[in-house]
Amino acid sequence: MQLTLTVNGTARTFDGDPAMPLLWYLRDGLALTGAKFGCGTGVCGACTVHIDGSPARACTTPMKSAAGKTVVTIEGLDAAHPVKQAWQEINVPQCGYCQTGQIMSAAALLASTPKPDDEDIDAALRGNICRCGTYQRIRDAVKKAAGVTA
Amino acid sequence: MPRSVGRSVRRKDGDDKVTGRALYIDDLTFPGMLHGMTVRATIPCGRIDRVRPAFDTTGFVLVDRHDIPGRNVVAGIMDDQPCLAVHEVRHAAEPIMLVAHEERDALARVHVDIDYTPATPVFEPRWSSECFKSLVIEKGRLDAGFAEAYTVVEGEYRTGHQEQLYLETNGVIAVPEGGGMTVYGSLQCPHYVHRALVMALGLQAGQVRVVQAETGGGFGGKEEYPSILACHAALLARKAGRPVKMIYDRAEDMWATTKRHPSIVRHRTGVTREGRITAMDIDLVLDGGAYCTLSPVVLSRASIHASGPYRCDHIRIRGRAMMTNTPPNGAFRGFGAPQSQFATEVHMDRIAETLGIDPVAVREQNALRPGDTTATGQVLGEDASAVEVLQAAVRKSKYHEKRARWRGTGKGIGLSLFFHGSGFTGSGEVTLASKASVELTAGGVRVLVSSTEIGQGTRTMHAQIVADALGIPYEVVETAAVDTAVVPDSGPTVASRTCMVVGRLLQRAAGDLKARLGRLSPAAYFAAHGPLVVTAEYEPPPGAAWDEQAYRGDAYGSYGWGCHVAEIDVRPDTWAVQPVRMTAVAEIGRAIHPMMATGQIEGGTAQGVAWALLEEVVMRDGAMANHTLTNYLIPTAADTPRIDTVILERPYAHGPFGAKGVGEMPIDGPAPAIVNALRHAGYDVRAIPATPERVMKAGRL
Repeated sequence: MQLTLTVNGTARTFDGDPAMPLLWYLRDGLALTGAKFGCGTGVCGACTVHIDGSPARACTTPMKSAAGKTVVTIEGLDAAHPVKQAWQEINVPQCGYCQTGQIMSAAALLASTPKPDDEDIDAALRGNICRCGTYQRIRDAVKKAAGVTA
Repeated sequence: MPRSVGRSVRRKDGDDKVTGRALYIDDLTFPGMLHGMTVRATIPCGRIDRVRPAFDTTGFVLVDRHDIPGRNVVAGIMDDQPCLAVHEVRHAAEPIMLVAHEERDALARVHVDIDYTPATPVFEPRWSSECFKSLVIEKGRLDAGFAEAYTVVEGEYRTGHQEQLYLETNGVIAVPEGGGMTVYGSLQCPHYVHRALVMALGLQAGQVRVVQAETGGGFGGKEEYPSILACHAALLARKAGRPVKMIYDRAEDMWATTKRHPSIVRHRTGVTREGRITAMDIDLVLDGGAYCTLSPVVLSRASIHASGPYRCDHIRIRGRAMMTNTPPNGAFRGFGAPQSQFATEVHMDRIAETLGIDPVAVREQNALRPGDTTATGQVLGEDASAVEVLQAAVRKSKYHEKRARWRGTGKGIGLSLFFHGSGFTGSGEVTLASKASVELTAGGVRVLVSSTEIGQGTRTMHAQIVADALGIPYEVVETAAVDTAVVPDSGPTVASRTCMVVGRLLQRAAGDLKARLGRLSPAAYFAAHGPLVVTAEYEPPPGAAWDEQAYRGDAYGSYGWGCHVAEIDVRPDTWAVQPVRMTAVAEIGRAIHPMMATGQIEGGTAQGVAWALLEEVVMRDGAMANHTLTNYLIPTAADTPRIDTVILERPYAHGPFGAKGVGEMPIDGPAPAIVNALRHAGYDVRAIPATPERVMKAGRL
């Protein structure tokens, strides 16, 4: 079965197993390695990308669910995006492995809720685990990106 | 020139990690690369009678123990662990065979029949007949100490396994090159891996090269474990003559790799009516799992920290690390000290309770001060800060006010006081003889160390130290990739030594370089005279002495000091414990990068809170039954309380700009503080994790 999708603004055709996780297509097929494998069960959030603007777990999204959709990965998020800027200014990353997923979840939050409070932030990022424990800086960075006082 | 030490400059690795450009091991590929996997035992203990592949092996590369050209041993402390089992199975994840194929998916077809003669496993460390290490620390005379006592307080405390759960699983790529082997990997200690490869492959040191990829967390879990994985990938690559990638999936990583040693600690403490400690008799047992790995040194650190930050003239500490038929336990942030200080600090609250004394007062009275001696007889310097951190934490958290106000409300507040030695134990740093170099470049200088960046900020912090030692901008200091063919052996990236020990070496090397430059800038010198590398080698602080047989002397160069206060809510209907706020006070000599130091304290605190409440490894038939992220829970933002961090700085004369270690200490404090808060809320908990079930069954106070 052939299916089409748009990844970071480029139209793509996929002609493989429609049950294959989107994450493998992005990483192995397109060499977009910014989204990471953490758990394979949609629990940790390291593979978060945007599908039609909403955050999604690429490791549990089969290719057939992405058919006809628009996918954006960390590589497709504008370098000047306020979330990326805030993340750099506040030195959020430690080991960094979860951070691209955190950033994608945060960017999706700000697109739907431009001025989030603590509860909005916690709810939106609840599915993104950081073992280094950068949660306090993540909250601060989301607020900085949103222009709300920390 | 604005100094960079003490400022939260931009992380060297920040941009790559924010944009997704940072390349972790699974982001790398090599032409012709195969994917490898490990065939493991399925029983915890027994004899292997026959191994027979039961799948179509066409297109697969198979390796068994006969394919090992060197010694079938993972180089370590005891060299007791085989790369691949010979006849004996000692744990349920024991590697038996290796398989590789071009297609990762093809590995799902691998099926190997293994016939065993099972034997009876041992899972209870106190009943094991095999001891990896036992030791005794003695100070004064225990009987004299107990003779002075008004009463004796006894107790037994237990802690469970904990999985490091670095978000990036273990992984390596082995590339055969010119008769030798290069291994790229997610790892903390490239020279450990190098040594293991030389031994297992039977190669010369110069034929083996180890390169660190960007590493998605370690927390000790990538200290010694990557050695066996690197040997496995290299054996496959050698046989295939092609690069082999091995990346564990989450289940295998949780099932097979090392975890924090479970502990059973018994205390018998003599105290006067006023609360002065007169005698401490401590018995400590660690569950080492099936092979020795690092258990002897984990036991050393656990034992040396077992009397806590308290002065006492009469101490006996007996420690044992025992073999059991579970996958080997290993390094995890804190390295034994969290286990032993959990027991000490819960016991201290029980001493206070027995005597009817305030928990702060009993600690303040006994806290180690400058000039006091530790259990090993080490005389503490002016930077001994137990009293200061205790007072700061009590003040900041309003401990006494909340303790009085919350009684009987279901809320609880508890504290813990602790210390943590920086660097290798005893004469370890002398034996390591670490080196660190700085090299002139056309635009500045480059740092050459084998210390790895695993998230804690190695590159940034080292660059700051070198920049200030040379008086040049932070921005012109680069850090070399960690490649054993390029960087000197700075020792492993463990034991809170990367700043205090390796940072100090860099400060000295940079000082020497500055003297060589004279009045020229690095760039001007380079232009005039060309390349220059200056190396510093470890020298112990003057007068430091350690007796490894007697466990007497200067156990560590210096200690950090910490006090945590935990505030919790206990749900009366479910017994669920919600951590609400942690106050974390840490005296670390000097914060080279205050934001990263705070990040270490927040991260260690979050892991400690989760060790106390959430993270329960369920062992069934000697293996982790809950080896997924859906039933082994690690903290999300919602599980992590607000953490108020206070950093105090009492410079250590032999640390770079006064710095001591910070990475490990924050995980020593949260668990006892939380259990003491539970005690305040009316629950007598003596073992962690304090799951709702344990809290429900706990005695009521």
